Amino acid sequence: MADNVKPRVRVPKSASVDEVVVIKTLISHPMESGQRKDRDGNTIPRSIINRFTAEFNGTSVLDATLEPAISTNPYIEFSVKLPESGDFKFTWYDDDGSVYEDVQSIEVA
Amino acid sequence: MKPYRSLGAATTVAAVAAMTLAAVTASADPVMDDELVINEELELMTDTPAPEHLGGVLGETIYSGWRFRDTETRAMQKDDFDNPMFLFVDAGLAAWDTPEGAANQSCADCHNSIEDSMKGVRAAMPRVNADGELWSLENYVNDCRETRMEAEPWGWNSQEMKNMTAAIGLQSRGMPVEVQIDGEAAPFWEKGKEMYYTRFGQLEMSCANCHEDNFGNYIRSDHLSQGQVNGFPLYRLKDQGAVSMHQRFVGCVRDTRGETFAPGSQEFRELELYVASRGMGLPVETPAVRH
Amino acid sequence: MTLLTRRAALAVGAGVTALAMMPSVLLAQDTAEEGLSAEEFINEFTGGAEVADGDGVKLTAPEIAENGNTVPISVDAPGASEILLLAMGNPTPGVARFSFGELSGSQSASTRIRLAETQDVVAIAKLADGNFVRTSANIKVTIGGCGG
Repeated sequence: MADNVKPRVRVPKSASVDEVVVIKTLISHPMESGQRKDRDGNTIPRSIINRFTAEFNGTSVLDATLEPAISTNPYIEFSVKLPESGDFKFTWYDDDGSVYEDVQSIEVA
Repeated sequence: MKPYRSLGAATTVAAVAAMTLAAVTASADPVMDDELVINEELELMTDTPAPEHLGGVLGETIYSGWRFRDTETRAMQKDDFDNPMFLFVDAGLAAWDTPEGAANQSCADCHNSIEDSMKGVRAAMPRVNADGELWSLENYVNDCRETRMEAEPWGWNSQEMKNMTAAIGLQSRGMPVEVQIDGEAAPFWEKGKEMYYTRFGQLEMSCANCHEDNFGNYIRSDHLSQGQVNGFPLYRLKDQGAVSMHQRFVGCVRDTRGETFAPGSQEFRELELYVASRGMGLPVETPAVRH
Repeated sequence: MTLLTRRAALAVGAGVTALAMMPSVLLAQDTAEEGLSAEEFINEFTGGAEVADGDGVKLTAPEIAENGNTVPISVDAPGASEILLLAMGNPTPGVARFSFGELSGSQSASTRIRLAETQDVVAIAKLADGNFVRTSANIKVTIGGCGG
């Protein structure tokens, strides 16, 4: 697992039914592209977050496949239309098999 | 804004090739039609009357480096979520509460809440300590680590240090930079000033050549700022990570093709004091976003 | 292009314009030994279906990126189920593929990407009717003066 990988997520505390809400996510990750070389000229192996998913109460909001062209500390912003109160689950998948998760609740009235 | 000035006779052909300064263009001045309002609530002034000690070398007004950046970069600092430095602020805040070292002490054990105890600290750095030495914020952090926590000091440019200085610096955001330059600080300030105007490296360039004589102009495609340091540590898009003030000093000296001083060295701490004093009155922007 | 000719280009070229126009070979690295070409990405995405240029997908990006390492970019395709994003001038062209779920509020996403050089960024959307629509934006990547 890459060191100190930590997600940050911004979800509003509340929303109204069917309101379109903007979600912002950020995770600390080097996103090593596999294109760089170290001082000895050896290629630094690729190590990236290759997939990000957002679900709400188990239903998909966004499923993103990410490539090495995504910048270090990947930032993804998207929107969601919420039918009810519940929980978001955000998941980041690392090349090395690690999975990072964050769960956030929102009140929908 | 001011007439274009060449770098002088000492500049070699190689220097011209490597660091061509474009002439003043319509877009060369600092951005005048944008305001830095963070999270739609905290307004930070990005210009202010120049401090008197400058004697008008920067004109009547000093500008934050934010005013020299592109629209997208400026936008990234307007929202603490869009600003990736907050990943590191979060890590610094967590470290604040984490006991470490043989004494098993955390920062919070002595200093309690970071919001209260660290307010204003960054705005007055660097400053002369009780022993008459000029210390940067990093020195104070490491002194606590070694003396009180009995922990290993952090490297000046280590991620842990930048996390902590970002978290501490944030507590002064919006407060005007106010460093002591007289009294016991005066000799350090004088040395820092001398360094600011000293030409370094094969390109024989001083800080002033870019940030005083040519701010607002382009060096290759970089829009030169006044070199204000009120936003450090900051997120630099080029590095895709946190950059400390001394790290930036190293980069600038290396760009002159010179041997650089070490981060944390006496020279860079004196330079830090002088450069900070050139921005007195600008609010602390830590943690800023630059390119 | 060698460093020598790069310097020579700089010496004659004075300034920003010359840099912005610098040929793309400067930063192009070895062609990818692995990974898909742009064509392969597109074929995989469309299954070989025709892609029309059109208004159904919108790409928002700066004309000039202050730094190629972190370029903010947004895609928006109302009603689309998926959007493929490619950077045609990168060593490997893939950027991201966004699949919008049942609860997506608008079929849009924003991220920050790396561009190795001035190039076209392409977005292809799979619309609700199953058709594919494409747009592109040219983004200039400048080379700063302050490498340190």
